[in-house]
Amino acid sequence: MVKSRYLAIVPAYNESASIEYVVKSLLSLPLGLDVLVVNDGSKDNTARLAGEAGATVVTLPCNMGIGGAVQTGLIYAKNNGYELALQVDGDGQHNADEIQTIVEPVVSGDTDVAIGSRFLSPKGFRSSRIRRVGITIFKIAIYVLTRQLITDSTSGFRAFNSQAIAYLAAHYPCDYPEVEVVVALKRNGFRIKEFPVRMKERQGGRSSITPIKSAYYMVKVLLALTISFFRPPEKPAGKV
Amino acid sequence: MHLRIQIIAIVLSVFVLVAIFELVRKRKLREEYSLLWLFAGISFLALSIRRDLVERISAYMGVSYGPSALFIAAFLFGALLALHFSLILSQLAERIRILTQQNALLGLELTQLQKKQNSTESKCAANVAECGETETE
Repeated sequence: MVKSRYLAIVPAYNESASIEYVVKSLLSLPLGLDVLVVNDGSKDNTARLAGEAGATVVTLPCNMGIGGAVQTGLIYAKNNGYELALQVDGDGQHNADEIQTIVEPVVSGDTDVAIGSRFLSPKGFRSSRIRRVGITIFKIAIYVLTRQLITDSTSGFRAFNSQAIAYLAAHYPCDYPEVEVVVALKRNGFRIKEFPVRMKERQGGRSSITPIKSAYYMVKVLLALTISFFRPPEKPAGKV
Repeated sequence: MHLRIQIIAIVLSVFVLVAIFELVRKRKLREEYSLLWLFAGISFLALSIRRDLVERISAYMGVSYGPSALFIAAFLFGALLALHFSLILSQLAERIRILTQQNALLGLELTQLQKKQNSTESKCAANVAECGETETE
């Protein structure tokens, strides 16, 4: 069944407006990716459109949130022996042609995890003001906890090598994933590097994030981060 | 008056204990979750039978008004129970996550297998020799 050694994981919840475009642009890359759309209990026809566009589709019977969806993809990647897994948002914010930017450093062994950061790039969409405030606070928190500067911790444009896949398939912080994953990976000895990418505004559909939710979310993430610091590191499944 | 409230309290606590026992017996309540309730019922029964216990315990705790010690105990029990439930809920959420993911991945595997089977079946129809080969697989 496995054709490629690289898997692109696209978590999607009600992304019927953009999913076809995302899948097709990923499949058209010269890298020869397999594309797995994790349909997170969508109420629209995201699954059908993704399948018709040529993706493998795994449908979660109920909505689990981005963390549970991405982890499902990582478990699939681990079970099918992929060497590298990419995470790409289903809303079309990421440029498929920039995938090489985060794939290359992982393939060359330069890092275990590569994150595409919109803030390292001089151009492109920057997201709303309130969201940027949140990202700045996360940046400080992550720096305090890990001594590494991560400029775009909420970025959903990432590449993982097989050790990181194995680790995250077993221990993915599902509640507040993007930021917590960074801290969990660092705490367990993985190397993380950021690379500049441009981001676009959503190609369609609606973001699931509202201002009040964002504030609540931020408090919860900061709490989760602080607590995670007091946990002993787990042994990464791939590095035993 | 005192006797009457004592009788009511004893009857009530016995009723609670019997109700919990019945729930467990009918498998509507799991044994592990009934422990806290049984403990509460038994303490309530003990306090109803030996009224002086409340006074003694509150005196020991330095509480001058006996019933307020009882209120504190009741409140603590409620809080403990709520914590216990949050704990169980967290466990359940974790298990549901794993089940949901496995279920989804199994569903995908099933559709892939069905597709594979369909394609071998259609190959069979076209080429009998190949069909024999796949059957012995």
